[in-house]
Amino acid sequence: MSLILVNLIDGLVTGLLLFMLSSGLTLIFSMMGVLNFAHASFYMLGAYFGYQISTYVGFWPGLVIGPVLVGVIGALIERYGLRRVHQYGHVPELIFTFGLALLIEEVVQFFWGKGQIAFNVPESLKFALFTISGNAIPAYKVFMIFCSMGIFLVLLYILTRTRVGMVIQAALSYPNTVEALGHNVPMVFMGVFGVGTALAGIAGVIAGPTVGVFPGMAIQLGSIVFVTIVVGGLGSLWGALVASLLIGWITNFAAAYSFRFSTIFEWLGLERPANMAESLLRDAWTLTFPQIGPILPYLLMILILVLRPYGLFGKREV
Amino acid sequence: MKTPIRMISGAMVAGAMMIGAAQAADPVKIAFIDPLSGWMGATGEQGLSQYKFAAEELVNKKGGVLGGRMFEIVPFDNKLSGKESLIQLQVAIDQGIRYIAQGNSSGIAHAITAAVEKHNRRNPDKRVLFLNYSAVDPALTNEKCNFWHFRFDANADIKMDAITDVIKANKDIKKIYIIGQDYSFGKAVAAAAVKFLKQKRPDIVIAGNELHPIAKVKDFTPYARKIMASGADAIITGNWGADMVGLGKAVISAGFKKPIYTYYGAGDGITGTFGAAGKGVLKLVSEGQVNPPASPEAKAYIEAFEAKYTKISFAQPRIANVIGMLAQAIEKAGTADDVVKVATALEGMEYDSMFGTKVKMRATDHQAIQDVHILAHTDENVTFDYDNSGFGTVVESTVKMASANIATTCKMKRPK
Repeated sequence: MSLILVNLIDGLVTGLLLFMLSSGLTLIFSMMGVLNFAHASFYMLGAYFGYQISTYVGFWPGLVIGPVLVGVIGALIERYGLRRVHQYGHVPELIFTFGLALLIEEVVQFFWGKGQIAFNVPESLKFALFTISGNAIPAYKVFMIFCSMGIFLVLLYILTRTRVGMVIQAALSYPNTVEALGHNVPMVFMGVFGVGTALAGIAGVIAGPTVGVFPGMAIQLGSIVFVTIVVGGLGSLWGALVASLLIGWITNFAAAYSFRFSTIFEWLGLERPANMAESLLRDAWTLTFPQIGPILPYLLMILILVLRPYGLFGKREV
Repeated sequence: MKTPIRMISGAMVAGAMMIGAAQAADPVKIAFIDPLSGWMGATGEQGLSQYKFAAEELVNKKGGVLGGRMFEIVPFDNKLSGKESLIQLQVAIDQGIRYIAQGNSSGIAHAITAAVEKHNRRNPDKRVLFLNYSAVDPALTNEKCNFWHFRFDANADIKMDAITDVIKANKDIKKIYIIGQDYSFGKAVAAAAVKFLKQKRPDIVIAGNELHPIAKVKDFTPYARKIMASGADAIITGNWGADMVGLGKAVISAGFKKPIYTYYGAGDGITGTFGAAGKGVLKLVSEGQVNPPASPEAKAYIEAFEAKYTKISFAQPRIANVIGMLAQAIEKAGTADDVVKVATALEGMEYDSMFGTKVKMRATDHQAIQDVHILAHTDENVTFDYDNSGFGTVVESTVKMASANIATTCKMKRPK
């Protein structure tokens, strides 16, 4: 029982981290109908900036300054890069963001090298907040949970309760009308892109110490972020939250329980092959739940696409 | 009428002289096929700089081999893909290169050794040798061995033999957790661990033995929880790269304070990332002694390397052995182009490495036998640290000429 609680907390942390990333992406998508391939790269940039700033002034200033820097870079890229490509349609935009992802990866390697970066949890958080039957829950993880929840609440508040949020939501569906009403829609676009990438940046600074900071970070998380927003529904913030939590819990529970598939086979009455080395089905027989853990989100995505193509909370076709 | 003839003959003489001069200084090219970009790019780059440095210091500065032929390292980026490696292998062969060095990933080594064997069989005039400096799956010198493949690193079984010797002597260890990446190497490590533990300490309980998908696990926390729940007194893992960092960090932050025996728990930023958290906990099995320096020659060599490559830590001493042994074999064979003669000279060779060990290349399976050390991650008595972190690996115990008589199933087909 207690182990379930521990796994719930761990899964919550992973899920909320994923949420921070996918919320930015889904916002950007709902704004401009463009999937930002470079989103995970901004996450990586956030981690590197956070590290670099932390070497000068410490982790906490890095947590604030890093994402702001990433957001500013994101906004500038939208203003001077994406906007020019926008007029040519969706495919050129996609290719632009794809190229951007490659560029950011190389730039990062140019400045920081190719190895692991020693970005560590700040000393003030390096203790176990509480333990559940011998399992330490690090204070840093609790910090991650509060940070992500805080960000979600702030985002929700801005989008639904403030005028800026109203303008954004309106520009989402009827950009021309909103522009005709006198609002600066291009500025709104730039702001949303900046905020979206800043969110990815925060995720990077926070996740960096636990996940490890290296040039492969973007690729590591890139595909799972897309799965998350597809499952949750493109453009929906609630969808991103639910999907991220779902995927976080699925991968965590899959890894936590070393359930062997051979138990199912034996229960079905099938016999275990005598000579495992020769048997064609040996992979099926030695399969354990943790081994298929990382595939489960993709299976979930396929399921969603087949049964409910616009995602759990989405409004448009994928 | 006379002028064109004079011009032509002059050009021909000049051309002949140039060809003659080029042949006299024709370098011995060694292809380096490893990832130079992407996920494992750091390890590949580090290896490449060590090869270049070794070729420069140990061979070229001393006048080259065979009276003036220099070693030239030609890099090829295989992007950690088997398919790309075979393409680069063919490119290297087409460029006339006869020596192929590779080491990152046993999976790729398997592909290359099979391709080299097939190529040499079909093209006896363009044969190449495969110098495996880091791929440690035992199968490469057992059922998949061939005459053209030489392994310069201690294989996974030899390393596990050394680790289990240390575990055997430690009476505090009663339960062990084995975890690794789900591919040929991870499986080989797990199998060797189970086998040797049963032989040496049958009382030790294997509290867990699992494989996780390679390079796919983003969060090792559930695995760390399982390890803590099992009550293990030690962990054995063959993880490398980001998987090693992820596992190590998760396990240490979950509160694990007992030894973690690793194959690749240092270098490429990993040491810097662990820092103080890894002290007393992280252990590494490896050939090659860096701290304390095994000889004044080794100390000077490492100092010169770190002066030249300021951002790269010196981490694979065996690379210097590869170059040294190849040079010695070429001199002994009297040729760098007839690889059968070079291979014959290389097998059975006993080489004095500056890193304090003799390296003996077994003729039966082309596996190098040398001292194997258990290193501890620490900041005490570190002459050469990694990643400018102040932390490095220091020799804790040594097994001399480890597994010198290890059995092999290799049945090598020798060329006539």
